[in-house]
Amino acid sequence: MTATRPATAQETEETAVRDDRPAPGPARRLTRTQRILVRAAVLTLLAVAVTFVLDPYRNYQLAVVAATFCATAGLTLLVGLTGQLSLGHAVLMAAGGYGYALTVNAAAGAGLDGDGGASLARVVLGLAGAVVVSGAVGGLLGLAGARLRGPYLAGLTLAMVVALPALTAQVPALGGDQGLAVPFEGVPEALSRLIVVEQWHAWVAIVVAAVAVTPLALLRSGRAGLRMRAVHGDETAARLSGVSPARVKVGAFVASSLAAGLGGALLCLVTQSVGPGHYDLAFSLLLVVAAVVGGLGSLGGAAAGAALVVLLPWLVDTVTAAVGVPADLEQRLSGNLAVLVFGALLIVVTLVWPGGLARAATRRRHRPRGRTDAPAASPHPTASQPLER
Amino acid sequence: MDRLVFLLATGFARGLVIALFALSLVIVWRAARLVNFAQAAVATVAVFAAFAVTGATGSFWAGLAAALVAGAVLNAAVERGLMRRVPSGSPLPGMIVAIGLVMVLQSALGIAFGPRHRPMAAPFDERPFVVGGVPLLSAYDLFVLVVALAVVGLLAWLFNGTSLGLQLRASAAAPEVSRLLGVRVPRMVTLGWALSGAVAALAALLLVPTELGLNAHSADLLFVHAFTVAALGGLDSPTGALVGGVVVGVLVSLVTGYVGAGVAPLAVLALLTLVLLVRPGGIFAAAQVRAA
Repeated sequence: MTATRPATAQETEETAVRDDRPAPGPARRLTRTQRILVRAAVLTLLAVAVTFVLDPYRNYQLAVVAATFCATAGLTLLVGLTGQLSLGHAVLMAAGGYGYALTVNAAAGAGLDGDGGASLARVVLGLAGAVVVSGAVGGLLGLAGARLRGPYLAGLTLAMVVALPALTAQVPALGGDQGLAVPFEGVPEALSRLIVVEQWHAWVAIVVAAVAVTPLALLRSGRAGLRMRAVHGDETAARLSGVSPARVKVGAFVASSLAAGLGGALLCLVTQSVGPGHYDLAFSLLLVVAAVVGGLGSLGGAAAGAALVVLLPWLVDTVTAAVGVPADLEQRLSGNLAVLVFGALLIVVTLVWPGGLARAATRRRHRPRGRTDAPAASPHPTASQPLER
Repeated sequence: MDRLVFLLATGFARGLVIALFALSLVIVWRAARLVNFAQAAVATVAVFAAFAVTGATGSFWAGLAAALVAGAVLNAAVERGLMRRVPSGSPLPGMIVAIGLVMVLQSALGIAFGPRHRPMAAPFDERPFVVGGVPLLSAYDLFVLVVALAVVGLLAWLFNGTSLGLQLRASAAAPEVSRLLGVRVPRMVTLGWALSGAVAALAALLLVPTELGLNAHSADLLFVHAFTVAALGGLDSPTGALVGGVVVGVLVSLVTGYVGAGVAPLAVLALLTLVLLVRPGGIFAAAQVRAA
């Protein structure tokens, strides 16, 4: 993922160049939607290309980052645009994971248990199951959230995360503490000469992440994004302008949950299991860290944040193992040290550096471009919207 | 029937402790219009301080005093060092900073003390008295009950019967006017945080020996219960916190006793969802919300 970060900047340059080309008339200009779709396609292809230079373990990590990115993108949209703080996105990911596992296992039980085409069909069915379950959970939560303000929604979602292990222990179909296992999805026959399974999983993860996040980008830059910002800014004023705050909030929550659910399904696919152990409070808070440190409301920031929260704990473990601290201390540092850094980052970014990585990147990019066609390449498309029309 | 009486009694004692913790949340909310999500982590640090002092001196009471001081000092430091610098206007940054603090404190405790649960002995007997063939409260439960009631009474007297309490309430309700009238508002806000830290530390300390056990995450569940209570009663209402605490305590006790311990978190979640859906501002919330 660290390799794709520069690619993001590079790619925006590219679209900017495309826009700067002499356009004979307004018809030649790409619309906002087309531009986002082109950008998404190019980024997806770039990410798929990157998988060829990574070794299998890096590809596995890339798949996990892509899965986490789905959830952080949904969360950053929710918190950044509508101001609803959810501490329970891990539960929505878990909902997606369980939806995937239940559907896939049911499909495998119904005879769809082969390789190749059956495997693909199973995965697609499973993703649909994840969308249904996470959408239902997110819709219910969103209905509650639309009535709640400030700390109440955060507290409710917190209580949900804490209650998740109890729920999985009580409902036999969810497999208790062990969770559910799903069948292994191998590489399709046609590609099996070319790539190994980790790379195949990374491809699936990248494509699903693109499918999950691109609608969010469209929502964010379009009319819906404007409504969300209006509701966040002043609910009464929004209502007077004919925007229904409740509908906007529920919609944002559902969109955010669907992305998180797809992320959970991906994680289930890659790790071949889903259980309550992974989706604990600490993980839920990590998603918040990723959204805040990346910059609330920024999808690029969410990608960087997802990479950070997946890779930093691994990096810390690698470094402590390499330095050779005593085994007891190493066990204590494992996990905790990264969380310590994340907590400190959360505080520092909020107090000193609001806007996070996304803001820093924008500033750097804007300075030299101030003279040329800055609005078209702006990472905040709504800012340029009036100029386009 | 015996079982019911026993469960009701223990639930009542436990509920008072949850109410204490919820009261600490209410105190911060009234002082700063902020739910301190870091309250549980601060309380856990204070309990670890108590654990260290008790280990060094052998006295539970020295540990208790240490926990109160540690909770108060830590929360005052949090207010002065962090929360005062949080941009106002939206509740979001304050909550996010508090969450960051939770992560810092819990991981620091994890690094310092490891993941094991530390044993912590109760200062009194934990076997229940048997009254007329019915097992009732233990000596420790009685101690908890008396302390919790005493602290609730003390807080009520402090807020409603003293000049300091008047200043605390005034600076929360109308900071500008209070400042004009000579109340040192920033000092009062810090004092409110310190008071709340001490109360939270006490509540956590009372439950650790019998129920929670001591590790970095021991107070998480207590926080969730207390938040439920605060939401039940409305974040503004001490009476609501007290009544809500007893309701939640009895509910948890009954569900644990009759259905199973595993269902208790679900029951609490269901109660919280129900209350928030029916009365989003809490049952005891005043209809006219103060615009402070």
